[in-house]
Amino acid sequence: MTPAVVATEVTRTYQLDGFTVPALRGVSLTVEPGDYLAIVGTSGSGKSTLMHLLGGLDRPTSGTLLIGGRDVGALTPNELADLRNSTIGFVFQSFHLLARTTAQDNVGLPLVYRGIGRRERRARAATMLERVGLAHRIAHRPNQLSGGEQQRVAIARALVTGPSLLLADEPTGNLDSATGQSILTLLESLNAEGVAVVLVTHDREVAARADRQILMKDGLIVP
Amino acid sequence: MRVAEAWRVALDALRANRLRSLLTMLGVVIGVAAVVALVAIGTGTKQLIERQVEGLGSNLLIVVPGKLTAGAAPTSSPMTLEDADAVSRVVGDRSRVAVTIASGETVRAGSRSAFASMQGVLETTPSVFVRTLARGAYLTRADVSTGRRVAVLGAGVARTLFGDRDPIGRQMTIGGVRFRVIGVFEQLGQSLGVDRDGEVHVPVTAAQRLLGTDRIDGLAIRAPDRDRIDQLGADVVATLTDRHPDTDFSAVTQEQILGVLGDILGVLTGVLAAIAGISLLVGGVGVSNIMLVSVRERTKEIGLRKAVGARPRDIGTQFLLEAVLLTTTGGVLGMLLGAATALIVDGLSPVPAALTWWSMALAFGVSAAVGIIFGVVPAQRAGKLDPVVALRTE
Repeated sequence: MTPAVVATEVTRTYQLDGFTVPALRGVSLTVEPGDYLAIVGTSGSGKSTLMHLLGGLDRPTSGTLLIGGRDVGALTPNELADLRNSTIGFVFQSFHLLARTTAQDNVGLPLVYRGIGRRERRARAATMLERVGLAHRIAHRPNQLSGGEQQRVAIARALVTGPSLLLADEPTGNLDSATGQSILTLLESLNAEGVAVVLVTHDREVAARADRQILMKDGLIVP
Repeated sequence: MRVAEAWRVALDALRANRLRSLLTMLGVVIGVAAVVALVAIGTGTKQLIERQVEGLGSNLLIVVPGKLTAGAAPTSSPMTLEDADAVSRVVGDRSRVAVTIASGETVRAGSRSAFASMQGVLETTPSVFVRTLARGAYLTRADVSTGRRVAVLGAGVARTLFGDRDPIGRQMTIGGVRFRVIGVFEQLGQSLGVDRDGEVHVPVTAAQRLLGTDRIDGLAIRAPDRDRIDQLGADVVATLTDRHPDTDFSAVTQEQILGVLGDILGVLTGVLAAIAGISLLVGGVGVSNIMLVSVRERTKEIGLRKAVGARPRDIGTQFLLEAVLLTTTGGVLGMLLGAATALIVDGLSPVPAALTWWSMALAFGVSAAVGIIFGVVPAQRAGKLDPVVALRTE
């Protein structure tokens, strides 16, 4: 099977006020299908930059990055958008749900950009919400949901397109520890069903639950 | 992304900020309403003037001494009734030629008096101009040839001098000379700013005697057909120039009068519409401004949409549609407001207004164009947002 992501000597530098700031200084990494991986590191270590690259939100300055076997550097912005839509699911620390939109329509959002009609979107979203245990919250708006429920909606949204890789950036960061545990349990059950999960966190306890840990420091993977 | 979905998202975004959307629309509403209302008033005025000029009678040729150019001093007329006879021979039909000698005179009946425009005319006047009588009879050829002191009153004069009494057969004085009323015109109202109900028609010969002159001010001819009107005018002017070599004569048709007035009104309407157009432009700037604010406010949303697979174009379309929806909704409201204003002005004030489809269509089209033009920059900005940066925004 094609690895979900293959990064080879990937660097990423930013231009800030004329200075060149290296965020990643040569990272090689492979995420296989079904992997459960944690990327840990302090803030400024480059772990967020790496996650953005793994998710196809950004392009490497040098090196090659293959997502689902496709070279990110060679894709047009539109192709990259389609690639994100079809292969990546994002889960964010602050959930990023649309405030005035129901759980069902939030979950269906990625399908909008596939040109899928509203009825089918809602049907698929309902199935996903059921899978994350929110069948009873389908018509609720984010402000009517608890933090844990909001994160479950976000996970359902990440899953609705059937991605091969779930990227979770501090998914428990805004949740109390019991709720955080249940979110991690959910992610792990999804992982057991075959979705590769990459957790970005600075929480050692969270990271310890993953099959594999990668420690980032100063833009490099600490061996 | 499907278009229907894009519309739904745009509509939703506008609904989320109802008051702001309404206020933003207001600029466009006012602009479009102003364009529609002002064009309606301009068109209505133009139509009114056309009706009034045409109401004088069709195929009219007006012959006056002097050159008909802007700024030319009025020339005193050397024409007499003999010239009118000569012109009648050119036309070949005496009943198609009318003459006039006009003078402002005080008219009296009993204790009542009024200031009226006395017109010394031939009995042919009703067959050249459109003048209908409410009662009595018009002047006859015998009245003209004998200089009989009889008068036909405009509706206004009749009302002032005789009130509710029937004026027919009653005596009155014009400039102190006694006349007998034989007819009253139907009410006409204003024509080109002249109160035509203040006229008093008397035989031209009687008027000349009253004024102590044998001249006439001008001639009017009703041409037999439209095609020969220019040729006829040239012939008439040639005949008159022949008889009065020292004087220039001009023959103008209704079309020429209408053309000049139409040009003036067209320019006026254009200027008004342009001023209204400026307010539409200002409204557009407001839309642009609000859209930029909206893009900034929703940076996180844009980042998220991009993360889940929105193409730059999807995002751009969403914001562009939002801007277009704002301005076209404003455009429709403005059209309604402008039409209502025009109808109210038409109904409640002496200013006429006529709604035209083209001005409504134009105003709506312009409002849609304003949305596109002023929505493009914010939309492009939204489409180009870097998702990494956008997601990080708090």
